[in-house]
Amino acid sequence: MEELNALMHGFGVALTPFNLVLMLVGVVLGVLIGVLPGLGGANGVAILLPLTFSMPPTSAIIMLSCIYWGALFGGAITSILFNIPGEPWSVATTFDGYPMAQKGQAGAALTASFTASFFGALIAIVMITFVSPMIASFALQFGPAEYFAVYFLTFCAFVGMSKGQGLKTIVSTMIGFALASVGLDTVTGQLRLTFGYVSLLQGFDFLIAVIGLFGIGEILLTLEEGLSFRGAKPRMNLKVVLETWRELPRFWLTALRSAAVGCFMGIVPGGATPASFMAYGVAKRTSPSGAKFGTGEIEGVVAPEVANNSAGTSALLPMLTLGVPGSPTAAVLLGGLLIWGLQPGPLLFQEQPDFVWGLIASMYLGNLAALVVVLTMVPFFAAILRIPFAIIGPVIMVVCAIGAYTVHNSMFDVWLMLLFGVAGYVMRKLDYPLAPLVLALVLGDRTESAFRQAMLLSQGSVTIFFSNALVGAITTLALAMLFWPLLSGAMRRLRAA
Amino acid sequence: MRPAPIAGPGRGGRLDMDDHGKHHDRANRPAASLRAVEAGAALLFFALGLVVIYDSVRLGARWVDDGPQAGYFPFYIGLLLCAGSASVLFGALGDASKRGKVFVTRGGLRQVLTLVVPAIVYVGLIGWLGIYVSSALFIAFFMWWLGRYPVLKIVPVSVGVVGTLFVLLDLWFKVPLPKGPLEAALGLN
Repeated sequence: MEELNALMHGFGVALTPFNLVLMLVGVVLGVLIGVLPGLGGANGVAILLPLTFSMPPTSAIIMLSCIYWGALFGGAITSILFNIPGEPWSVATTFDGYPMAQKGQAGAALTASFTASFFGALIAIVMITFVSPMIASFALQFGPAEYFAVYFLTFCAFVGMSKGQGLKTIVSTMIGFALASVGLDTVTGQLRLTFGYVSLLQGFDFLIAVIGLFGIGEILLTLEEGLSFRGAKPRMNLKVVLETWRELPRFWLTALRSAAVGCFMGIVPGGATPASFMAYGVAKRTSPSGAKFGTGEIEGVVAPEVANNSAGTSALLPMLTLGVPGSPTAAVLLGGLLIWGLQPGPLLFQEQPDFVWGLIASMYLGNLAALVVVLTMVPFFAAILRIPFAIIGPVIMVVCAIGAYTVHNSMFDVWLMLLFGVAGYVMRKLDYPLAPLVLALVLGDRTESAFRQAMLLSQGSVTIFFSNALVGAITTLALAMLFWPLLSGAMRRLRAA
Repeated sequence: MRPAPIAGPGRGGRLDMDDHGKHHDRANRPAASLRAVEAGAALLFFALGLVVIYDSVRLGARWVDDGPQAGYFPFYIGLLLCAGSASVLFGALGDASKRGKVFVTRGGLRQVLTLVVPAIVYVGLIGWLGIYVSSALFIAFFMWWLGRYPVLKIVPVSVGVVGTLFVLLDLWFKVPLPKGPLEAALGLN
């Protein structure tokens, strides 16, 4: 039970008054970010990242990860009350959450969703607590070839799970890699793709890309679609909460199943969004009341919410152990680690145990804080949603601009953010996935250096990616994922013939 | 011309394009077809791929005595980008199901431009007036233009939001943000 000791030590690190305040601030900010259009987990954390540069790394990551938990919880509020998902991963929550709210059961739906979110996150954190040290010690044996294979698998998994947009996923990923290669090449010292522009020497910062693509792009989409925030008023009180809690244990099997789906999808970089849809689909097929799904079944709220929170949380597992983030927000957190001078990956567990276990302990506390915050403050967050877009829209824009400027104190970045915003709007409308672009931008340098080192070892022969059982297995899995859309399409055609 | 108010006071937070049927028809007319934008984006990405390939070849994308050259990895990135976007392009042109679909209507495009154009002006103003003053102007402009709020509401909201940001960022977190003549005049630099 080495992990339990380490965890207790982590609680000692996390449980300082300063960290507890940061946790609460992070959670409230996170829920706010989760309910507002144009601000989400990824760009919310990106905007606030520069403010944490002066904090000790452990406190900084506690606050930033709490923003993430808050956003994971908060996405459900708009889904249930307004039928507008605040985050893509809460789309499936609207299916039964909004009908419940229309029937006057908004309080019950919200309670169920928050409790389910907490359950999902808890399962994922328990898994992280016990599984991540094993993966980390296993990954200590990784060489450059293994690392490249893992990165390769990450990007192939996006293609494999892209649902008919495989080519666009590849294009998106390659744009990310191309942007990542701009600037000084650290190995040869040569300038790449700068074409004499001094502003490009530093390369493209992924934080700017995240703020533009996810923030500005989302505001533009919101404006074009002409969203109206008119929804049910939540009636939340202790009685509703307790009554709902009495009902929830009946759905333990659905919750466990959804948590399993979520944990799996979070580790494999599929992400929280597909996890929530999958869990909803599975629950609908297996539940005795499955036929009534979509009309306001509480089980239809539980399933996607358990899944998206467990997926969102377990996305941190590969980030901590391998340095490969499982979601865009995890990618931003990874960028934070690099800025604070911490090298994510297996060595982190040995060299920075305070940091790692403080973070893991803060996950337990942060999610508990998030549960309390959302249960007690729903009316406040719902009131914020009623602020007309003519006010909240420009305010979000201003916050994004300030966030982009503070990354490098450069006006060039603010212009870039606008450009990324328009690009994000167009790409989203054309179904180009943005998550692989951001991940490629974050992982570009590491992927390339792993590739170069591996190729140096083998003197330029790609057979190194099949040179032992481990790397061969990862590479084969990656290739299978890459060609999965083609394979499944061919199989379907065969079966039809 | 000022557009119809968006989510302004007394509108119940609705985003209506226009109240009159005639205007509505015009707003629903397509501004760009899905296939045109799809093809345009794919061509742009293809061009980006070409640029990456060109620069990689210039730097050297081959294997030399001491290992891969600087352009070795990006060369293949560019190649894949070109191949991928070319496939998307031909797929889009050949896809009959996308024919006749609209990427954005005129009304939708106008809504998007009502943010993009002021935002460009806003970012341009930052270097001149500083971020706080331009932000207040930007928020005020939006409230007046889209929300049709009275000045009595516009001034307190825009000044209040920016004032809060100033206290939070400048006084509390000591984040250095660009300032302009107003801050200099008030001695806040």
